[in-house]
Amino acid sequence: MGGFVSIISRGFHGRRRDEGDRLPPGQYLVEDFPVLSAGPTPRVPPERWEFAIDTEAGVTHRWTWPEFLALPQETPTVDIHCVTEWSKLDTSWEGVSLDTLLENVDTAADYALVHSYGGYTTNLPLEDLLDGKAWIVHRFGGEELQPQHGGPARLLVPHLYFWKSAKWVRGIRLLDDDRPGFWETAGYHNYGDPWREQRYEGD
Amino acid sequence: MRRLVWRAAELVGSTPETATARTLRFRVPGWPGHLAGQHVDVRLTAEDGYSTQRSYSLAGPADGEYVELTVESVPDGEVSPYLTEIMEAGDQVEIRGPVGGWFVWRAENERPVLLVAGGSGIVPLMAMIRTRRQAGSRAPFRLVYSLRGPDWAYYADELRRPDPGLDVSFLYTRTVPEGASRPAGRIMLADLAEGGWPAGHGPDCFVCGPTGFVEAAADLLLALGHASERIRTERFGPTGG
Repeated sequence: MGGFVSIISRGFHGRRRDEGDRLPPGQYLVEDFPVLSAGPTPRVPPERWEFAIDTEAGVTHRWTWPEFLALPQETPTVDIHCVTEWSKLDTSWEGVSLDTLLENVDTAADYALVHSYGGYTTNLPLEDLLDGKAWIVHRFGGEELQPQHGGPARLLVPHLYFWKSAKWVRGIRLLDDDRPGFWETAGYHNYGDPWREQRYEGD
Repeated sequence: MRRLVWRAAELVGSTPETATARTLRFRVPGWPGHLAGQHVDVRLTAEDGYSTQRSYSLAGPADGEYVELTVESVPDGEVSPYLTEIMEAGDQVEIRGPVGGWFVWRAENERPVLLVAGGSGIVPLMAMIRTRRQAGSRAPFRLVYSLRGPDWAYYADELRRPDPGLDVSFLYTRTVPEGASRPAGRIMLADLAEGGWPAGHGPDCFVCGPTGFVEAAADLLLALGHASERIRTERFGPTGG
């Protein structure tokens, strides 16, 4: 807003809270865990669940539910930021790092298109899934991840707005070219960095 | 690429909907127009420069530089009590939008439509009903509106007025009027079987409300045979206010 006089809402005082520097611009804190999704919640029984990574060369790596659970598990505690302006601090999860899942995947791709049971998709640069920045999680707050929050398993990429953390995740396609996903073709920002407030296309 | 900019919005009028909700009408010079079902971000700035923002659904059809929001006051909320109780005509906020290209109904769509509202989830669905009326659309609409009791209805008079091609059923979860045939209770299969469309008609279904309601209603629609791709959902929470 530099150089502009901002519009004051007369009589509005607001409620400043001391979150230190953990709240990105335009966000407010919540204690509960709101749910956002575009359609009905898919129900995926673990025995029918599988997760697949498809490379740009057409090679597929698959994990069944027992195979996925047998991988080394991590327990990240992270802050999450939804584009609808709520943030939740110190959420605790359990799951498998994408570094682990991609360890034996031979790829030179730059982009990832994440897809979900139910048809949802979201895209991000592959490097945003690497180096301890992303997980496929199946437990939240010490309990099984509920279907409305993306169970059996969802992607967790906490450094981007939460729509990138696809619920009911089914697989990731590694691509040479960027291919916008569901919200990214519906007016939302292609990358979605909360610290740069990249909510909508053009931000 | 169209960039969404913050625009000054002046309150030009308001209407109470219930004891805790009111509709605010803003004049927003430069407003680019919107589709039924879309929402906006509203930013409030205090004298000392502190500011915060929230998302609200648009309640009305495109109307030049005017937009309407219906806001439910969340107890102890930071923003909604200001919008519902304190703000007066002539006061300003900033509005950015419209946002959302998925939970929308377009007047050229002639398919049957089923709207399922839980509480304040009626707001974007009302924008669809009003857009349909304004456009003279012949798309057949049915609304199933679940709410605590008759006193909690938004847009009550307007929804009871005849609107050809629109059927409305009210479902009360806690308090029913005297002589009502349906006892108080949460939405059930029969409510959507009777108040909705047979799945064979292939209606577009729009479900909006709190999470528990949306989960339940969407599951019931699937159980009635509606295709998952035809069910669009939007969640409203009392969260954060």
